[in-house]
Amino acid sequence: MQDPDYDVVIVGAGVSGCATARELSRLEAHVLVIEREEDVCCGTSKANSAIVHAGYDARTGSLMARLNVEGSRLMPSLCESLGVDFMRIGSLVVCTSEDMLPGLEELRQRGVDNGVEGLEVVDRPRLLELEPSVAHAALGALWAPTAGIVNPFQLNVALAEDANVNGVSFRFNSRVSGLSRDDGGCWHVSCSTGDVTCRAVVNAAGVHADELHNLVSADRLAITPRRGQYYVLDTTAGNHVRHTIFSQPTALGKGVLVTPTTAGNLLVGPNAEDIADKEGTDTTAEGLAEVAEKSSVAVRDVPLREVITSFSGLRAHQPGHDFVIGEVPDAPGFVDCAAIESPGLSACPAIGRMVAGIVRDILSLAPKPAITPWRSSFVSLERATAEEWAALVETDPAYGRVICRCRRVSEAQIVNAIHAPLGARSLDAVKRRTEACMGRCQAGFCTPKIMEILAREIEGVDMSDITKAGPGSGIVIRTDRDGSAGDGR
Amino acid sequence: MTRYDVVVVGGGPAGLAAALSARGEGARSVLVIERDTKLGGILNQCIHNGFGLITFNEELTGPEYAARFEDRVLAADIDLMLDTMVLDVSDDRIVTCVNAEDGLVRIQAGAVVLAMGCRERPRGALNIPGFRPAGIFTAGTAQRLVNIEGLIPGCEVVILGSGDIGLIMARRMTLEGAHVACVAELMPYSGGLKRNIVQCLDDFGIPLLLSHTVTRVEGERRVEAVWVAQVGDDGRPVPGTEVRYPCDTLLLSVGLLPENELSRQAGVELSSVTRGPVVNESLETSVAGIFACGNVLHVHDLVDYVSQEAGVAGGRAGAYADLIAAGKTPRQGHEIALRARDGVRYTVPQSIDPARMADRLVVRFRVGGVFENRYVSVYLDGERIQHRRKSILVPGEMEQVVLKRDELLAHADLSEVTVRLEED
Repeated sequence: MQDPDYDVVIVGAGVSGCATARELSRLEAHVLVIEREEDVCCGTSKANSAIVHAGYDARTGSLMARLNVEGSRLMPSLCESLGVDFMRIGSLVVCTSEDMLPGLEELRQRGVDNGVEGLEVVDRPRLLELEPSVAHAALGALWAPTAGIVNPFQLNVALAEDANVNGVSFRFNSRVSGLSRDDGGCWHVSCSTGDVTCRAVVNAAGVHADELHNLVSADRLAITPRRGQYYVLDTTAGNHVRHTIFSQPTALGKGVLVTPTTAGNLLVGPNAEDIADKEGTDTTAEGLAEVAEKSSVAVRDVPLREVITSFSGLRAHQPGHDFVIGEVPDAPGFVDCAAIESPGLSACPAIGRMVAGIVRDILSLAPKPAITPWRSSFVSLERATAEEWAALVETDPAYGRVICRCRRVSEAQIVNAIHAPLGARSLDAVKRRTEACMGRCQAGFCTPKIMEILAREIEGVDMSDITKAGPGSGIVIRTDRDGSAGDGR
Repeated sequence: MTRYDVVVVGGGPAGLAAALSARGEGARSVLVIERDTKLGGILNQCIHNGFGLITFNEELTGPEYAARFEDRVLAADIDLMLDTMVLDVSDDRIVTCVNAEDGLVRIQAGAVVLAMGCRERPRGALNIPGFRPAGIFTAGTAQRLVNIEGLIPGCEVVILGSGDIGLIMARRMTLEGAHVACVAELMPYSGGLKRNIVQCLDDFGIPLLLSHTVTRVEGERRVEAVWVAQVGDDGRPVPGTEVRYPCDTLLLSVGLLPENELSRQAGVELSSVTRGPVVNESLETSVAGIFACGNVLHVHDLVDYVSQEAGVAGGRAGAYADLIAAGKTPRQGHEIALRARDGVRYTVPQSIDPARMADRLVVRFRVGGVFENRYVSVYLDGERIQHRRKSILVPGEMEQVVLKRDELLAHADLSEVTVRLEED
């Protein structure tokens, strides 16, 4: 019998898939990541609250609780080594009604049971000291100093780059349509860009993980896309709060959070709505109105007139409300990394370790003698000092040519994003890596300039071929009057 | 640190006129800093005609209008820094900028003229629900793609908002072979110039749907359709009036926002109405020695007025720098408030020192709605000194009154000048 093409195929290049890939890249294994979109970080990983939960929320004893706390502990050093923006700003769960105050203590106790450090119930005066912008009705809060915010795009990209530098292959624009195991125990993956065989499969397919799982197992998995809508506010509003502010969940439901982002914006959301469509990442008038209304529960005067964009993300929810991680009993070698909803981003460093550990044990993988250390080239000129910026221009004059005026992104950063491992090929891919287009003009000024740079830097690509986010999303769909088409159609 | 009498931030029409005027008023050294690789600003992509009727008494295209000012600037011993981004203007007029050649540069200016222009309000700020596919452009971005890059964004187009760039692009896309299904405007009146509605929509049979808005965007990867609905008096979509327009492109012309990030850093006071600096008769901001003009001050309809206004700001900046260079302290005058009332949304300037003003001062303003057969009146405290009948006043057309220095000085103990609309 022929050897399989790969030891491991990971389906899905979100944070879970890429964290797993990075861990596996430390082992003697041939690994392939298959992603249906044109880039990493195109599903749930790009559309979430971008926070690192402390870990008091999940049910004690659950996988969520364990991996959240562990992930939150690993996150600072992981981000530091990868060059990813992370800030440990702490979070507050704000209580606004007298009869709910005991709930804060319960939450604290659960956090202690989960292993969260530093939790403290604070009274109103201390709360106002910590966070002057809380609602007038605020009575107290649970203070979690270990909570943080992370740049999810950078994290996902850097995990993938590191994995790639250490030997993991990636295939984009590739859909898995079938999966079967032959008598010899070899997995056959039917893929739109060519079938592959492997010894183990990791199912990190996000909201589609149930479809993949149900191809191979009689024990059904059901993932419901639970949509959450958000507002992004301009950096002028980024200092409205200093910490991630949650409103205490009540009988009437979970509130929305208000938090700064690592890029200096203010993020407000999400609501929660179970939908049928796994591609339903559209926003709705009702959903956005709900977020706007709930934004004022815990924080006062949220400057919603500073909104620069809104978006929806889908949580991969399953009825048991816990992560589903492990080898599927009736499908040896098929490992689920499924139902990774909140706090999945917080937990991803731990998820990667756990899943890779399972695969290692199944395949008896040995560690690699040496790995190539990797640190991504993300730079923020917005936060750089004048001297730091000047020094960068010394190394590469293109740092002195500002392309995105709102976020102060230079040509050098865009060129670096294109030529990095698994480099950017679309406007959105450039955006995730550099923050260009993320500012207040929302790509109005820099779109043509970034198209020019992409066309110049990528062999065989013309400006009219440039897409927003891969095939079918061409920026221009005609190049001249006779109607000859660009890439978009 | 390099020193200049006057540093102009922005090399568009406002910056060029300001630089020329500063030089003409005696500034010995003038520097224009422009972020693009060439002068002219947004005029470079405005290849339609209609510019310069007032300034040159002829119809020019945008690039032609810009070239006339550029030629004068090049002949006037004015320094240029192109492809250079200004990062900071401090309240003591130190300008920090960066470019590929010089890296980070700090410049001490005697006076600064802010001429950064404006940007377009993006889709995100409107909270239009739906997907976020390719195919949604601000009208100005589409204009650049078509006119500068030679690329045509789409074939079947819906335009939201009837600002002038949207109207111009309705015509432009039609001329390039696209079909423009409609222009939807939230307000019961257009935000653009009457002449543009006639020449860009009516002449091409493009419907203008007043009191309409886009309520949904369809298409995950590229726009496939937009839904357009009527809005009621409360500005909200009327249920049951939604019409689906299959299309691949949505252009937005829903407002221009002065780009005042640098002004804010410098501590310049901004008006919540114009979103530009609050200025006095010299177009000087709340920070001494920092002046503003053009679309960064308030959004204009006609570039000719931008040039006129910038001439004032540049001249006053030159004079200010002259005093500073001579070691003199510019006089702090007595400022009289200029108030917008009764249908007048704002005035520029917002205050006047009669001692410093020129013999004639042009006060520009916009109205807050459509008014027919009203009088534009000017009051010096309680005394009405102007009363001029206008058959129609609309928000899309900038208006002006002219104040005479003699009249203001003749009015004893003047505390307030008011511009208002009156029915009789």
